[in-house]
Amino acid sequence: MTELVQLLTPDGRRIASDSGQETDYQAFVADVTDDDLLGLLRDMIIVRRLDDEGTALQRQGELCLWASLRGQEAAQVGSGRALGPSDMAFPSYREHGVAWCREVDPLHVFGLFRGTSLGGWDPAEHGFALYAIVVGSQTLHAAGYAMGITRDGGDGAAISYFGDGASSEGDVSEAFGWASVFSAPLVFFCQNNQWAISEPYRRQSRVPVYQRARGFGFPSVRVDGNDVLATLAVTRWALRQARSGGGPVLVEALTYRINPHTTADDPSRYRPADEVSSWRMRDPIERLTIHLRARGALTDEREAGLAAEANAVAADLRARCLALPDPPEAALFDHVQVTENNLVAAERAAFTELRGALP
Amino acid sequence: MTTSDTATGAATGPIGSIDAIDPGPVDPDSIGPDSITPDSITPGSIAPDSVAPDSVGSVGPATDGEPQASPRQTLTLAKALNTGLLSAMAADPKVVIMGEDVGKLGGVFRITDGLQARFGEDRVIDTPLAESAIVGTAIGLAMRGFRPVCEIQFDGFVYPAFDQIVSQLAKLHYRSAGRIRLPVTIRIPYGGGIGAVEHHSESPEAYFCHTAGLRVVTCSSPADAHLMIQQAVASDDPVIFLEPKRRYWEKGEVDTTPLASMPGQEQLALHTARVVRPGADATLVAYGPMVRTCLDAAQVATEDDDRSLEVIDLRSLSPLDLDPVVESVRRTGRLVVVHEAPSNVSLSSEIAARVTEQAFYHLESPVLRVTGFDTPYPPARLEDHYLPDVDRILDAVDRSFGY
Repeated sequence: MTELVQLLTPDGRRIASDSGQETDYQAFVADVTDDDLLGLLRDMIIVRRLDDEGTALQRQGELCLWASLRGQEAAQVGSGRALGPSDMAFPSYREHGVAWCREVDPLHVFGLFRGTSLGGWDPAEHGFALYAIVVGSQTLHAAGYAMGITRDGGDGAAISYFGDGASSEGDVSEAFGWASVFSAPLVFFCQNNQWAISEPYRRQSRVPVYQRARGFGFPSVRVDGNDVLATLAVTRWALRQARSGGGPVLVEALTYRINPHTTADDPSRYRPADEVSSWRMRDPIERLTIHLRARGALTDEREAGLAAEANAVAADLRARCLALPDPPEAALFDHVQVTENNLVAAERAAFTELRGALP
Repeated sequence: MTTSDTATGAATGPIGSIDAIDPGPVDPDSIGPDSITPDSITPGSIAPDSVAPDSVGSVGPATDGEPQASPRQTLTLAKALNTGLLSAMAADPKVVIMGEDVGKLGGVFRITDGLQARFGEDRVIDTPLAESAIVGTAIGLAMRGFRPVCEIQFDGFVYPAFDQIVSQLAKLHYRSAGRIRLPVTIRIPYGGGIGAVEHHSESPEAYFCHTAGLRVVTCSSPADAHLMIQQAVASDDPVIFLEPKRRYWEKGEVDTTPLASMPGQEQLALHTARVVRPGADATLVAYGPMVRTCLDAAQVATEDDDRSLEVIDLRSLSPLDLDPVVESVRRTGRLVVVHEAPSNVSLSSEIAARVTEQAFYHLESPVLRVTGFDTPYPPARLEDHYLPDVDRILDAVDRSFGY
């Protein structure tokens, strides 16, 4: 069984051929040009810049909380860019990079963390479900959605993101079993970032995430999640497997959460600093930058241009985030149900009357 | 479409419409899938005189050879649900049924009997034994445009699905600012009185009524079972559909006209309470399995105590339709609320608080409650002491008149 699929080494060298792997993942990125790689680099640079903006805005009191994706840009962009328009992604709550790839306005994500909405984007329009903070719950939604694809003859697949911590949730095991017996076109995409807040992966399981698929009877692969090219290749392969009627596939993307779990977390209490610094040496953006520079595809000028573009996107987002109005007061009664029930209607009326009577 | 909350449609139904007798305790060992079938239970447990006399004439095919498809038939509550589900599936190809043993077996209570043979395995889905997944994948199917009807095999098995029901199913419409609609029905056989082993006799309705975003309804008669299950399936909101399992084998007259062919004005809206026995001296409010018990109590009160008790079937537990209750209490001045579930923070707590608020000056006595006890559901040999019965209900009525 493949230990770890890697197409770019941490120092940016392109691995020419898969050594002894059953699947030729190279074939799934044979069409990827330097321009395509520059596109992936651009995605990663922008989502990291947006992520930094999220942390900054939280520190300035403008967001309630921020869950940083730093370190996981390649896992998210590589998989997110493998998706087609008819695919449906079911994220957890840290998938800002996938949201970017699905063309969700980052303002919606920031609104969620600012407390002006509970989501805000249209899942059907973007093929990107709402964030799932009860971790693992979304894997079942994805399994059901994938069953629906089979039943209505659709040509897409579902992909469900989850983390190493969620891999212990019962819902994830139920989703594995379910998708397997119904041969649902579903890719389980686990970003193993090593830490579930303070708990290391060894507290979740004695076996690697990807090996769990075997007991449920479907294939899996472990990919270097800091290698955007390998992640793209493996996810394309997994999606093809799922779409072709073969049932689910599990991808474990090995990566690392460089920042605290959220802005409310203090990782110095539970993990050594040298572990973090060793993972910084495997930075996904650095890796692709070195590779493209070596190929002559990335100049100083082009790199500066990407940074400037990322800064502009962040500045625009910051301005729009600060301008986000609080929702109207009575909006808290909106959309409890499709048809408003008599209890909510009465409470809305009483609330509105009281607010109107107050000076 | 059929989920209006307007409380103006309170109707008075025929008293005999749920006229049947209790099938009596079922041996705990007989709960297994091979032992309960409509065929094996019904003939032995329903006495010939259990059918309302005025409906007997319309039962079954005409005797002169050619079967007549009369829309009015006498059915068990179980068969009425089955017929309603069949109509719902025929009316909308997006309706799918999913649950444990719902396919070939037709469900352990046979509520889905014959549906897989008619609609195929893609629409009547035998699922793995995973309740959280039954609800969680129903959510995903609904997001894809389907209209799933989930069966949770017994009340006590719903708790593994609790997160998917209260945090996912109930809230996704709100969380998506109305973009996601989840027309999911979750059918749950509930309540005691069948001599079952543990976890097969519970009344979990309060948990779901406490959760915004869910609709919670329960039927007490075959006619309501047939209509309400179709209305629940047609609802664009998630519905918890509670089936009084001890009344599955009771018979009543059912208009089997499919909902889709029934003019709107002939339907009683889903979230509507109904006066099932008019009365003048005190009001009994119940739902699901306790409606029959309250009707029995009211009959005894008339015969033995010369008291006229009004009986109201709530039908909808969330949202509540309290207008008929308040109107009744303003006439009678006395209210007893009856359910199998424990009393603490229950439907009766809610009703007592709201009726006190809305009919305070009309009350001659405090709102009293007759409920299951605040214990775990006891072993079957003790359940007759746990469940409200005619004596406990009439005792509460006596206490109400004691003020």
